[in-house]
Amino acid sequence: MDLVLHIWRQAGPTDKGSFVRYEAKDISDHASFLEMLDILNERLTERGEEPIAIDSDCREGICGMCGVVIDRLPHGPQHGAATCQLHMRHFKDGDEIWIEPWRARAFPVVKDLVVDRYAFDRIMQAGGFVSVRTSAPQDANAILIPKEKADLAMDAAACIGCGACVAACPNASAMLFVSAKVSQLGLLPQGQPERRERVLRMLGRHDEEGFGMCSNYGECHAACPAEISLDFIARLNRDMFGAVATAVEL
Amino acid sequence: MDLDPKVPSGPIQDKWSKRKFELKLVNPANKRKYDIIVVGSGLAGASAAASLAELGYNVKCFCYQDSPRRAHSIAAQGGINAAKNYQNDGDSVWRLFFDTVKGGDFRSREASVYRLAEVSNSIIDQCVAQGVPFAREYGGLLDNRSFGGAQVSRTFYARGQTGQQLLLGAYSALAKQVGLGMVEMFTRAEMLDIVLVGGEARGIVVRDMVTGTISSHAAHAVVLATGGYSRVFFLSTNAMGCNVTAAWRAHRRGALFANPCFTQIHPTCIPTSGDYQSKLTLMSESLRNDGRIWVPAKTGETRPANDIPEGERDYYLERLYPSFGNLTPRDIASRRAKEVVDDGRGVGELKNGVYLDFRDAIQRLGKRVIEERYGNLFEMYERITGEDPYRVPMRIYPAPHYTMGGLWVDYNLESTTPGLFVLGEANFSDHGANRLGASALMQGLADGYFVIPYTIADYLVRVGPEKTDPADPAFGDTEREAKSRIAKLLGANGTRTVDSFHRELGQIVWDNCGMARSREGLENALREIPVLREKFWKEVMVPGSGEEFNQSLERAGRVADLMELAELMCRDALHREESAGGHFRVEHQTEEGEARRDDEGFAHVAAWEWAGPKAEHRLHKEPLEFEYVPLSQRSYK
Amino acid sequence: MGRVLSLYRSSVGKKILMSVTGVVFVFFVIAHMVGNLKAFMGPDHFDEYAHFLREIGEPIFPYGVLLWVFRIVLLGCLAIHALFALQTWWTNRAARPVKYAKGLQPEESTFASRNMRWGGIVLFLFVVAHLLHFTTGQLHPDFVPGAAFRNLVLGFQEQWVAGLYIGVMFVLGLHLYHGVWSSFQTLGLNHPGYNRYRRPLAALVAIVVFLGFAAVPVAVLTGTLSLGGRG
Repeated sequence: MDLVLHIWRQAGPTDKGSFVRYEAKDISDHASFLEMLDILNERLTERGEEPIAIDSDCREGICGMCGVVIDRLPHGPQHGAATCQLHMRHFKDGDEIWIEPWRARAFPVVKDLVVDRYAFDRIMQAGGFVSVRTSAPQDANAILIPKEKADLAMDAAACIGCGACVAACPNASAMLFVSAKVSQLGLLPQGQPERRERVLRMLGRHDEEGFGMCSNYGECHAACPAEISLDFIARLNRDMFGAVATAVEL
Repeated sequence: MDLDPKVPSGPIQDKWSKRKFELKLVNPANKRKYDIIVVGSGLAGASAAASLAELGYNVKCFCYQDSPRRAHSIAAQGGINAAKNYQNDGDSVWRLFFDTVKGGDFRSREASVYRLAEVSNSIIDQCVAQGVPFAREYGGLLDNRSFGGAQVSRTFYARGQTGQQLLLGAYSALAKQVGLGMVEMFTRAEMLDIVLVGGEARGIVVRDMVTGTISSHAAHAVVLATGGYSRVFFLSTNAMGCNVTAAWRAHRRGALFANPCFTQIHPTCIPTSGDYQSKLTLMSESLRNDGRIWVPAKTGETRPANDIPEGERDYYLERLYPSFGNLTPRDIASRRAKEVVDDGRGVGELKNGVYLDFRDAIQRLGKRVIEERYGNLFEMYERITGEDPYRVPMRIYPAPHYTMGGLWVDYNLESTTPGLFVLGEANFSDHGANRLGASALMQGLADGYFVIPYTIADYLVRVGPEKTDPADPAFGDTEREAKSRIAKLLGANGTRTVDSFHRELGQIVWDNCGMARSREGLENALREIPVLREKFWKEVMVPGSGEEFNQSLERAGRVADLMELAELMCRDALHREESAGGHFRVEHQTEEGEARRDDEGFAHVAAWEWAGPKAEHRLHKEPLEFEYVPLSQRSYK
Repeated sequence: MGRVLSLYRSSVGKKILMSVTGVVFVFFVIAHMVGNLKAFMGPDHFDEYAHFLREIGEPIFPYGVLLWVFRIVLLGCLAIHALFALQTWWTNRAARPVKYAKGLQPEESTFASRNMRWGGIVLFLFVVAHLLHFTTGQLHPDFVPGAAFRNLVLGFQEQWVAGLYIGVMFVLGLHLYHGVWSSFQTLGLNHPGYNRYRRPLAALVAIVVFLGFAAVPVAVLTGTLSLGGRG
């Protein structure tokens, strides 16, 4: 198939950037979306032009490194899948495709379609952990966890940290990301001692990073490759409320 | 060269305790005076960095991704082994140790493997304490499954995302230490070289991938946890960024590289669909439990799969291995698939796969059961291929997946370069010639959580807390070399893209040093690779400059190192005149086409020493003795 | 105090306070609607009810005082609700300084959720006008203090006024539809067993409130409610 691509090009964080039109001819519909861009980049390089910068690593939807807005949808038209899992058979000959980077104050553009998502790491550093020393503290089966709870914790833990929730949110809020980690650890007995402190610290960091607030639009969930549920945001809010209402005096 | 594995004396079950006691301790007040560099943030790197920081050392951790959470350990699906015996099915540290040595086809070091089995239980305890959501039974106990043909259920798992969950556990421990200021994290930072001061590893040279700035970092010791080199094949299940640069640069500065020809080819991957293919996707091995593998009986078959009558199908694994059938080990299943495809009986548009057919299973168990068991895998397959595996058989083909070879390390995980420690897939140690399923995660975490924190202390005590002088000329010199190499790549100003070279390299290695290797092929590859390498340096085109975010340049540097490694791989494969595990030499097989090991000649680790760009590598051998697991031949007939 | 401050400072805290004040309004609006519907029970009943509102709390509170307490509480809630709405607006704008050149395609969000702030502004202006219309009378063509039914009917006999009221009530319905569901989320009221009832409940509240409020002006326009001979 032949395609017309409008791709956001931006030399660096301070550059203004603009869309540049490219033609991608003779693309197999078995190719993945990123392979289509690989082909374009190969051709650009051969023509002596600078290839388009784009992040990707595992290319099987788990590392969370890839992610662009394709035709106004983060990760493109396919639900429950990252950009790297999108294949060209979802497009047809002659399509015009618009490709933009994630846009948020907390995710500054590094170059072209590449953004800096280290803000997520800083949120994790603020409290996304169980404080346990490397020491195999007790036998693993000494902690009993009901299956339903473990499964629910796993649902939350499936977050791949790609940032699509922020990209999709009209408010550029990262609440789905924060809620996934807070819920995973809040659901498990191991996470209880730090539960209140964790939610306060992670949310505090979330706000400091310049993410927006949650208006319960639900766009984050629609864009999430791991299909993290909005219920975790409700859970996060409850934990926050609980932390303020009942915390041991901080 | 003194290749002393430093294995403690005494009975195997006491060796690690003995060693832990022998190792010197760093005074608690002195720990903060020591700086340690950890390169890589996968299971091994993140667990090491977190554990060392927790002890009080100053740690600097580097990764090439934008976040440490993206390291390729995250893609591991199946699970992690441990000898907990929670299922009461007769598992034990001894059994895990036996299975791993045997599974490795007797090419690993017994003492190291025993320790791995010994600490495996602690790993599960540690991970659960961190909040890793392993699968549970209704009663709240941890669930286990049998994996990769093991006779006991010792595999712990978190859906099909065990690697992700374990990595996020280690990452959270790391994040905590970063938050506390105990670890300084450098993301989008690529290690270009290692700095030796007085022959010992004292720092690294790093390129900031955003600004292009090249800088060096000094420390008391360097830990490499930089993964494997499957990307030498270009097409593999590894991530796009996986590379051998860190390990290879250390090798060029003196660290020996062991058993590079031991690579694992995973039998159940989705075949390539065209020459644009960038990577291969693994489908869980569990599919072989219910799927039947077959190809058309005659070559040049053009009918769609469902139109081929039963009598004209060749269920070759069931035919060749009546007792194991479709569940034969990875290396055998892979090699047999290659044979039938090479025979012209491959399936799919490109004739490059074999069928994995669920028709009979669906008939026997019903679609619902199959959906329950493999629903998400079928969905993934359909997403990639556009074909519905409930209606037409899946097409699969083997793909490079894991590399057992790596930098040589002693029992303390220290390489032949003092002060340079190597963990996880980057070292050669525990898997011998073939890795068992669900053992990679175990090894990464064992090394990072439970070995390096003890062994590195002994080294640190020996060197003392005095800081490494960053003004030492070694740093400036190494930096200059790294810069001139980049300048050379940018200056070649040729006509071919980096990827085109990488693909060509991959094809040579895959054809000659893949699932079946022959003297002729390997010699052929050893002629072709140097020619390609020379062409690369002359004809490669790297657009842009070095002082900016430049992905072509990153790839160019990695491919340059893979080209050198490829040559060593072939050399190692040529030297190893036997078939063992993932290394199959067509000259060394039984009449039935099975691997024939040569324990007289090759029960050793082949550790190669760099002798300069123009000279051939020098071979050193670490003899392997099997005191506890008697040497035997595998049989799956 | 520190806790309240920490709640106020955090984005979730703000949302929780917005939500709590919103819930106060939901109950107020429903009570108000029920009161309005008393118009159908006749002028005397309606006027009596209006008078009763001022007597609530007697004899503990003097005449009209508890109503003032309600008014002050409502005013406080309004201040909090509006202040945080403005702050949210501001923060969210700042969170994405460079907009998507092509915009985003809505998938899960609704017309109601995307227009909360506009709805809020409309409702705020309406409340001001409404108070000047029926409570203090400045905007009323012929306001008589205490004659609640008369003021009501005369007020709605202007067609455009009644139409505007009905229109604003539709906006209120939309605001409630997202607001009610959203407050379940924000207050953490979720349970896997009952979550599926949250959307329908929000829709029910929205529809009932819209119909309940629209009934009175519609009835006046159609002549069902009139001053009869009592002019």
